[in-house]
Amino acid sequence: MDWIEIITAVFILIGGLFTLIGSIGLSRLPDFYMRLHAPTKATTLGLGALLLASMIHFTSLRGYFSIHELLITFFLLITAPVSAHMMAKAGLHVKTRVEDSTRGLEVRDAAKRRNEENADDYQP
Amino acid sequence: MENTRRFRFLPMPMHSVLLFMVWLLLNNTLALGHLLLAAFLALAIPLLVAPLQHTQPSVRRPLLAVKQVLLVLGDIVKANIEVAILVMGPLSRMKPGFVAVPLDIERELPITLLASTISLTPGTVSCELSKDRRFLYIHALNLVDEEELITTIKERYEAPLKEIFGC
Amino acid sequence: MLNFVLVLVSALVSIALILNLWRMIQGPGMADRFLALDTMYINSIALIILYGIHMGSPLYFEGALLIALLGFVSTAALSKYLLRGDIIE
Repeated sequence: MDWIEIITAVFILIGGLFTLIGSIGLSRLPDFYMRLHAPTKATTLGLGALLLASMIHFTSLRGYFSIHELLITFFLLITAPVSAHMMAKAGLHVKTRVEDSTRGLEVRDAAKRRNEENADDYQP
Repeated sequence: MENTRRFRFLPMPMHSVLLFMVWLLLNNTLALGHLLLAAFLALAIPLLVAPLQHTQPSVRRPLLAVKQVLLVLGDIVKANIEVAILVMGPLSRMKPGFVAVPLDIERELPITLLASTISLTPGTVSCELSKDRRFLYIHALNLVDEEELITTIKERYEAPLKEIFGC
Repeated sequence: MLNFVLVLVSALVSIALILNLWRMIQGPGMADRFLALDTMYINSIALIILYGIHMGSPLYFEGALLIALLGFVSTAALSKYLLRGDIIE
């Protein structure tokens, strides 16, 4: 049992745990905006850890640097906040239900108005 | 515009470096043939697409940018552990809320970077930008103190961005 | 040991996929369903990467990259559809 294998296994375990936590958050949290937090953060980091494990594994397997998984990691780090932002905008537009204990609803209404103004610009 | 006029045969130097590296990463090699092909693509593609680009503010302080990227990466790991604890803990303890963060930066690229940073770091997701680009509306998973959250975002993420892009 | 961990984590990711599927079927609004679909894309990338490590073949990397690209584009298109009622205006 060598060290590289143990490190790879630890990273795979961390990745799997964070992926699972992201999905648990998605199914457990009470409203859409809260659910948005779990997948954008936990799942992205979980996949990052898995890709790191894959890099270590293939580098030790082949004997040269195999780092092309970095591409997926960076792509996800760039796109995860963008898709979260777009889904939040869509959620505002379709008037998704919010948890009753949410504070700052006047800010939400301002954002919603801005969203509707923009929809008025749109002419088919 | 300052960028496009400076080098005639290398209109987008940063993009060229990026294309070169992405090609080598995609093929996972350092062979001579791929180095040449990557160099050709890194020169040819920016020449073809240069007329399409919007002018964006250029990076004035590259060292500070590297430092900021490392800081944000560290914060992402911390954010994940915090969110994981919040998600697995009791739900009634959470106090979600919306906050409007006033912005000092005006250009598109720094605002995009700030919104992405906010989405990836502790307990906040950016939802919408006001029409005059003076407020960013964000949602916080556990809103303890609005003023403190706004100051943290402004000092930790916005001030360095402002310095990096010099605007 | 690595093989045991791979099987265990594949099971975890599969449970995560089932939870996402439950949210996609049950989710009260359209936005929730899109969010669940986006998470499913990312979890399937995780499964493919795990299978690639198990087989010891770097070929699966390309599949994972393609799913990452298509996942982002389809999430963007679906959000745009919900936002404007149209994808290409």
